[in-house]
Amino acid sequence: MSSLIFTLILVFAAKYRKRHGHQAEQIEGSTPLEIVWSVIPLCVFIVIFVWGAVIYFHERTPPRGAAEVYVVAKQWMWKLQHQEGQREINELHVPVGRDVKLIMTSQDVIHSFFVPAFRIKQDVLPGRYTTVWFRATKPGVYHLFCAEYCGTQHSGMIGWVTVMEPAQYQAWLSGGGATGSLASTGQAIFEQLGCSTCHRSDVQGRGPNLVGLFGKKVQLEDGRMVTADENYVRESILVPGAKVVSGFKPIMPVFQGLVSEDQLAALVEYVKSLNAPAGAGGTKVQESKVH
Amino acid sequence: MATAVITPERENYLNQEYGIKSWLLTTDHKRIALLYLLSITFFFFIGGFFALLIRLELLTPAGDLVHADTYNKLFTMHGMVMVFFFLIPVVPAVLGNFLVPIMIGAKDLAFPRINLLSWYLYMIGGALILHCMLTGGVDTGWTFYTPFSTAFTNTKIIEAGLAAFVAGFSSIFTGLNFIVTIHRMRAPGMTWSRQPLFIWAMYATSVIMILGTPVVAVTIVLVAVERLFHLGIFDPNLGGDPLLFQHLFWFYSHPAVYIMILPSMGVINEIITCFSRKRIFGYNFVAMSSIGIAVLGFLVWAHHMFVAGISLYSALVFSALSYLVAVPSAIKVFNWTATMFKGNISFTTPMLYAFGFLGLFTMGGLTGLFLAALGVDVHVTDTYFVVAHFHYIMVGGVLMGYLGGIHFWWPKISGRMYPEAWGRLSALIIFIGFNLTFFPQFILGYMGMPRRYWQYPAEFQVLNVLSTAGSTVLGVGYLLPMVYLLWSMRYGKPATDNPWNAAGLEWKTSSPPPTFNFDQTPVVDFEAYDYEHIKEAEEVPVG
Repeated sequence: MSSLIFTLILVFAAKYRKRHGHQAEQIEGSTPLEIVWSVIPLCVFIVIFVWGAVIYFHERTPPRGAAEVYVVAKQWMWKLQHQEGQREINELHVPVGRDVKLIMTSQDVIHSFFVPAFRIKQDVLPGRYTTVWFRATKPGVYHLFCAEYCGTQHSGMIGWVTVMEPAQYQAWLSGGGATGSLASTGQAIFEQLGCSTCHRSDVQGRGPNLVGLFGKKVQLEDGRMVTADENYVRESILVPGAKVVSGFKPIMPVFQGLVSEDQLAALVEYVKSLNAPAGAGGTKVQESKVH
Repeated sequence: MATAVITPERENYLNQEYGIKSWLLTTDHKRIALLYLLSITFFFFIGGFFALLIRLELLTPAGDLVHADTYNKLFTMHGMVMVFFFLIPVVPAVLGNFLVPIMIGAKDLAFPRINLLSWYLYMIGGALILHCMLTGGVDTGWTFYTPFSTAFTNTKIIEAGLAAFVAGFSSIFTGLNFIVTIHRMRAPGMTWSRQPLFIWAMYATSVIMILGTPVVAVTIVLVAVERLFHLGIFDPNLGGDPLLFQHLFWFYSHPAVYIMILPSMGVINEIITCFSRKRIFGYNFVAMSSIGIAVLGFLVWAHHMFVAGISLYSALVFSALSYLVAVPSAIKVFNWTATMFKGNISFTTPMLYAFGFLGLFTMGGLTGLFLAALGVDVHVTDTYFVVAHFHYIMVGGVLMGYLGGIHFWWPKISGRMYPEAWGRLSALIIFIGFNLTFFPQFILGYMGMPRRYWQYPAEFQVLNVLSTAGSTVLGVGYLLPMVYLLWSMRYGKPATDNPWNAAGLEWKTSSPPPTFNFDQTPVVDFEAYDYEHIKEAEEVPVG
């Protein structure tokens, strides 16, 4: 497209040169021509826009059932936690052909998760989760860059994404290091922080029952309806007063500064795992793959 | 000083008064333009020096020339100096100041003293940024993204912010001055549709300046407030929202790109018509496209944020609007091309710069289409592709227009001709050096090299070496005009009143013009660019 336009410009430029020495011929302008060269580019632009938008939509909509990896960025490293419990730093191992969704947050400034080979990039913000997904199609080792300037060692905040054959990946997974799944780590933290005293699953506690909560619509005390996604769970742990569930009192203590981002990821994963017995689609698929 | 060397035959703005005081307290728009010319050139070479150091560091993949923190400060100060102290003021404050009153047949700007105040504010801002550099600098990038800038860096954010804040008022005052002048002070017969298109461009620019600049001023204050008093505005730890900063910042800083490019587009109109010996093709469309760019330019800011965490739907809207703003730019390029059609083109230095502008601006604009395409932007944003893109627009476009303009009006400004052969040579060197520097960066970005990297994986080295080599060529290209223009002030051939045989009021007064521009207020009874009434016989001298 652009090469076409450039060729035209060059051809025209050559043409003007020939006119040297001739008398200039005055032309006032031409409204039809103006309309033509406004409308044609506009149509071309609309086509490119739609094209780009379709790709973007695809890129930004994680498919159901994707394996989830929690990413915590900090100055200047990437910390990754797999659902199976594996933890990595500046490295991500994934099987080929599997959808992988990254749930990312930052402990400090804004970073950006960029894997040029996968054509993905997403800023990683403090104070919230952003997500990005990919499906690697070829085994290999690919660059992982931080693409949002984040201070002194910005250019050192790089790593590798290793795409493995499924068998190799299974071998890597069982290669040790993990002490139980991420959800079970979350459960331990849940007990340890005393969350289970109010958020009970057997009887009605002082806080809402969390079983089957994830992904559902929640009616809030102020009348709003929100979806219980990762960001909602995260915020409700850190600043419980921000979105109080209808019928409950704002009595939960604030956990901001008391739980780390790594622990938060585990807690969020635990809350998600509570859906599994109820048979919620996506999560169940992932759970079954753990075994 | 320059004043001493002008042959004092005719009384003009340069020789009417002598002495430092006559310059520092002047209210003459032409003298203020020269004050700006000196100070802006000074900052250009400071910014350029930083650029050269950046390129030298990137010659090798390892971070071996300067420390990482130093490198981060280098690109921050390069960006700040070039954006706030060079690109934004350069054409309006130098060429605009000199030409706006003369082109519409006025004696001066509407508020000459506010005009002088603008320059002083610029200098205060400049002094602050210099002081900031010398006492440690800033390492946030010129974009000051939060919460890095408000909570995580120990560098001189407040002082740098203050510098931009003060310089911002300088541009607000300049914009205000131009708008009032263009509305109120046109000579008899100078209707809106008879104005040179440079005036339309300056008008559109001024509108952006007075509407956009206050927003960045407010944003800077908010950053300072959060930094000093820990009031939660942008930092999520304090309950703020880091994306709010990006919205506010780009609400100004995107239109600021049009503050930079519109004036240069204005210059291109004047050059292309003169050296094609033709009326502009589609006057109304070119004039209105400037206004269109100014208006639409305010509605596209979030296209800098497609991967920042904004919603899918707002990304869609901003992508679509970004394509709309490309239409008026395309209209301009088509009209310039059509203007040359069947013209009688001479390849003088200003015209060579205009050709350079067309090539580089079109290249920058077309790569902008890539970036506005959501799917592509995700891959290339925050990489060297973006760096190359905006340098094609802001350096390729703006600087080519500015240098073309400086050469075109140099006889009017200085009363002397510059050496034509040197002019052409430097235009050529700059064009080649520019492409050699920045074209490889498109490829680097597409390959995935992120911007603001102090060290990089070895596979990117070849293209980086090319780019660094190009930057030295470019540096020579920029030094040349400074040398021979200075030389020409003493040794250049004295210029006639209208050496290019050009249309427009500025060529109907003497070179250099008298203090009040015209001996008698001119009456305008001709259309803009009436080249059919200017005889071919007195064709352009080539020397």
